[in-house]
Amino acid sequence: MASSGSGVQIGLRSVSKRYMTASGDAVDALGEIDLDVAAGEFVSIVGPSGCGKSTLMMLVSGLIPATTGTITVGGVPVKGAGGKAGIVFQRDVLLDWRTVFSNVMLPVEIKRLDKETHLKKARDLLRSVGLAEFEEKYPAELSGGMRQRVAICRALVQDPGLLLMDEPFAALDALTREQMNLDLQRIWLRDRNTVIFITHSIEEAVLLADRVVVMTSRPGRIADICVERIRRHFMALGVLSET
Amino acid sequence: MAIAATTAAPVKIGRLRSWIVNSGPVLGIFAAIFVLWELGCWLFKVPDFILPSPSVIIDKIISSWWLLLVNGMVTAQEIVLGFGMSVAIGIPLAVLAVYSRIFERVAFPFMVSLQTIPKVALAPILVMWLGYGILPKVMVAFLISFFPIVISAVVGMRSAEKEMIYLVQSMGANELTTFLKIRLPKALPSIFGGLKVGMGQAVVGATVGEFIAAEQGLGYLQLISQVRLDTALLFAAVVVLSLLGVLLFNLVAWVERLAVPWNRMRTEMIE
Repeated sequence: MASSGSGVQIGLRSVSKRYMTASGDAVDALGEIDLDVAAGEFVSIVGPSGCGKSTLMMLVSGLIPATTGTITVGGVPVKGAGGKAGIVFQRDVLLDWRTVFSNVMLPVEIKRLDKETHLKKARDLLRSVGLAEFEEKYPAELSGGMRQRVAICRALVQDPGLLLMDEPFAALDALTREQMNLDLQRIWLRDRNTVIFITHSIEEAVLLADRVVVMTSRPGRIADICVERIRRHFMALGVLSET
Repeated sequence: MAIAATTAAPVKIGRLRSWIVNSGPVLGIFAAIFVLWELGCWLFKVPDFILPSPSVIIDKIISSWWLLLVNGMVTAQEIVLGFGMSVAIGIPLAVLAVYSRIFERVAFPFMVSLQTIPKVALAPILVMWLGYGILPKVMVAFLISFFPIVISAVVGMRSAEKEMIYLVQSMGANELTTFLKIRLPKALPSIFGGLKVGMGQAVVGATVGEFIAAEQGLGYLQLISQVRLDTALLFAAVVVLSLLGVLLFNLVAWVERLAVPWNRMRTEMIE
């Protein structure tokens, strides 16, 4: 693995998820899925609503258990939450009662990581997304795009081997969204985390990812995997020459 | 927007001005009412035992200040004890309701159905059981202020988005950490909303309790002055009672401002 890369390898073997509804019916949210993600790879998942994209993400994070199959993250089977994943949701879910800085430090507190080294890391992250002057502000004072940047910093501060993003930019306006795509691209090129990025936007998926996984609906299955490496590099170069 | 929170130098003048702007109209309306009242009493020669003029009431407050103070302290004690009981029992019950399925399904609906009983109607029964002392009034104040406090706490603790819960779970947080770091702070604005309503209710409860049977307290003072046709003292008691209510309400609001600073930030932003 490349020296700069902190990403972990992910493997899904015939993973499925069946929910029981309140009335006792079984709903197959996810059919049998096989998927391998290399360490440091950026994978986008696109598909119609209700195709189990979010379920897939929840399974990988360990927040919900799979009905069948095995999931490994970094070679270790996933058992329960509290693993290596940093998560970003569509809603930023910043804690209103904490300052921006204190929000970013939340994972450090909960995981009881070393405070000193992570203080610096949190500060660096906020600076890298242009929020250095907003450290002591409350989330209510920030715009939607700024809030989502803080949420991304919060996910990254714990050095996650794996970044799970569930339509993180869907609630943002088009211009902010474009800027966020560029920011994310830059961060990924620097850190080389493994990223699973769920989106509705095919453009966004193509711009960002090494591979685009296309899913079908109910039960969710993988329909196609497109290798988009060349296009991403092209776009990335464009981005780099800009900054 | 953000500047308003950070300006430091002209704060004093700014505060005075904003106080006048905010409170001016309300004070003006009150002043106008009192002037009209005073004039009306004087012009139409309304007898004091029907409607005493504001000046007569103020005279009365000054001349019977000791009586009002002693009885006011009793009522205040009943309110604070009743309210305190509501908080001490209500908040833990709300936590139970949020975390225990059985409690939520059985005890909570039972509690809600109990709410349909008019608490005031229980006052005579409580007096029969608990005597003429301070206790039945405390109980009425407790019963009447309990419900809004529990409900708002439950609503507040349930208001955390599921993504927020997932997020801290993904960091390996246990139930206690989730409660302390997410559910409780998230619930605070709602809890304080309930406390403010509950405080107002507790004032009503204590006063009504005193109406039923008492040997002291502002409610008792009102009954006595009613019998004596001392209408001025009746009004004086109402004034002291409302001042007491406002004071206690503001006490809760003050604690809220200390405990929930981010909420004020948000309302300032809206303004």
